[in-house]
Amino acid sequence: MAHIQLKNITKKFGAHTALKGLDLEIQDGEFFVLLGQTGAGKTTTLRLISGLETPTEGDILIDGVDVGPWGAAERDVALVLQQYSLYPRYTVRENLEFPLKAKIRRLERAEIDERVNRVAKTLRIEHLLDRKTDRLSGGEMQRVSIGRAIVRKPRVFLMDEPLSALDAKLREALRTELKNLQVNLGATFLFVTHDQIEAMSMGDKIGVLNEGHLVQVGTPNEIYNNPLNTFVARSVGSPPMNLIEGELRSGKAVMTQKNFELPFTGATGTSAAEGDRPLVFGIRPEDLHLEAGAPVEAKVHDVENHGVEKILTLRVGDIMLRATVPARTDVALEDAVRFAWNPNKVVLFDRASGVSLRHAG
Amino acid sequence: MAAVRTGSEIALNRFAVVIVLIVTLIFLAPIYWITSTAFKPRNLATTIPPTVVFEPEISPFVKLFTKRAQLRSAPTPEEYAAAPWWERLVFDGGEKVVRSGKGEVQLSGYPSRFMNSLIVAITSTVLAVGMGTFTAYGFSRFKVKGEQDLLFFILSTRMLPPVVVAIPMFLMYRAVGLNDTHWGLIILYTAFNLSFSVWLMKGFIDEIPKEYEEAALVDGYTRMEAFFKIVLPEAATGIAATAVFCFITAWNEYAFALIMTNRRAQTAPPFIPSQVGSGLPDWTVIAAGTFLFLLPVAIFTFLLRNHLLRGMSFGAIRK
Ligand SMILES: Nc1ncnc2c1ncn2[C@@H]1O[C@H](COP(=O)(O)OP(=O)(O)O)[C@@H](O)[C@H]1O
Ligand SMILES: [Mg+2]
Repeated sequence: MAHIQLKNITKKFGAHTALKGLDLEIQDGEFFVLLGQTGAGKTTTLRLISGLETPTEGDILIDGVDVGPWGAAERDVALVLQQYSLYPRYTVRENLEFPLKAKIRRLERAEIDERVNRVAKTLRIEHLLDRKTDRLSGGEMQRVSIGRAIVRKPRVFLMDEPLSALDAKLREALRTELKNLQVNLGATFLFVTHDQIEAMSMGDKIGVLNEGHLVQVGTPNEIYNNPLNTFVARSVGSPPMNLIEGELRSGKAVMTQKNFELPFTGATGTSAAEGDRPLVFGIRPEDLHLEAGAPVEAKVHDVENHGVEKILTLRVGDIMLRATVPARTDVALEDAVRFAWNPNKVVLFDRASGVSLRHAG
Repeated sequence: MAAVRTGSEIALNRFAVVIVLIVTLIFLAPIYWITSTAFKPRNLATTIPPTVVFEPEISPFVKLFTKRAQLRSAPTPEEYAAAPWWERLVFDGGEKVVRSGKGEVQLSGYPSRFMNSLIVAITSTVLAVGMGTFTAYGFSRFKVKGEQDLLFFILSTRMLPPVVVAIPMFLMYRAVGLNDTHWGLIILYTAFNLSFSVWLMKGFIDEIPKEYEEAALVDGYTRMEAFFKIVLPEAATGIAATAVFCFITAWNEYAFALIMTNRRAQTAPPFIPSQVGSGLPDWTVIAAGTFLFLLPVAIFTFLLRNHLLRGMSFGAIRK
């Protein structure tokens, strides 16, 4: 198990910069999730740590040791990919044995069998051991891929969207399983995904990556409740945070289109927020609620029924807002409703930079 | 797929089968011709119209492998009775088997030419496919400066008709003593097949996800180990297909073999027709030589036919 540190990492592919000045620290035993859209540089980050790519600039430290000159084999990290990490010609057992048979490990036959059997038991793939891997379902394949990483007892697990190719139900099951596994092993995980639900539900820490820049690092709570900027606000939460342009005038949030106002008593974090300063108000859908005497009137534009709750799309003029309301709320399309927000939960962003005023200080 | 077939589809299918049959027949005709002639009695070999029904004989093969001379006088009954069965076949044809002073049967030139063909074709195939696979792997997996130009350059060696370089090659070979040696032909055929091998193998290796090797690298293997353990088995189909093509090219090559070799290293293709010229041509012996010559390619191709069918699609269908 290990502590990973990336210092000022830049990676260029020709003229294209995939990562720019990346600083990242992963504590020993931590489940760290790197969240970003396709092309953000997630895979590149993992490949750099595993030694399959060399950084254009910057250093990578494992347990405080600069591993720059080390090859992939010496770094002792395990990599699990979305697909293609199992050899189609091999049986499951042969795939699990493969990393143990590398010359640098010099393991006894008995030890290899012991480890393979233990891992097979942990992941409940014992009945598959003699099957060729091209005869496995997607879920079984990913279990075996994860098994192939675990048998090695590597210093760190690098996982590149290992669940993305699976169907929703399986993904959910494996999510829990993987998280439990990490807790039981006490292992260091760097898990990469574009799925914010995965990030929120599994990560001890989340790093939000955007076009090669690490935008914010924090616990899922910090990222969710206190996003550093509008990009992070939009990246997590389903549906995402409502972002409304407006200004703050004497205790009221005045929306730019001037078609509504909401009382605002929350801590702005800075007095500079008052006045003509262009702002963006961020409010989570669950912090909007319908109320008979509430200050703003809206039309119900859309209703999505999710069982325990409903997600409403409210229309105020030409602004669309999402609100999560209890399932018993009885509304129909084009109903006129009144809503309010929880002013303590409103996050203020500077409109020009997109940065949260709480973070700007 | 169990799709329901319409009438027109069935008709089309039958039409396709007929076409395939016709084409197959056209291709099989010369093979039938050679095979049947190889087993014919000499007097039936060149009849017009061709003799289709005959009692097959083994004598052309006996004659193919032995050195023979015209009989001046018919063998005495004792001589005839003392001779082994195969020698009697030669007597029947009005010839006798040439023996050394110690009475050992003298072999014809054919067996050694056949061996030469095997040595040259197998060695050059192994070399061309081996080097081609390594080169293709390099092009496929690493950033090579001027990759496109290099690949084009490699292929350009195939754009010249070989005959154009035959005379200069002959002079150079004579100067360095490669004339009429196995290595002379092996080098020539390897060079000739290499471009083809590199291009074919690059196609196949490009199809193998590099993630397989990278997983092995991360798992503690060197690149060399990953190449042998992962890439080679995955490329087996491509290697088989490439090997068949290279083998056939080297096996059948005629022009260079004719110019560069005459005795010690001569291969079968220039040797077989050279027998036509010595005395009256015995077409059954020539057919027997050709028939045996076809066998290695036929066997090799047959053994690898499953790989070939997939390999022929040049990696396009790899599932
Ligand atoms: N080998 C490469 N050559 C050139 N560009 C690359 C290479 N690998 C990645 N990139 C580019 O770098 C950026 C980040 O890629 P990647 O790390 O794969 O993103 P992600 O995994 O987050 O989807 C992308 O724009 C991608 O096109
Ligand atoms: Mg990726």
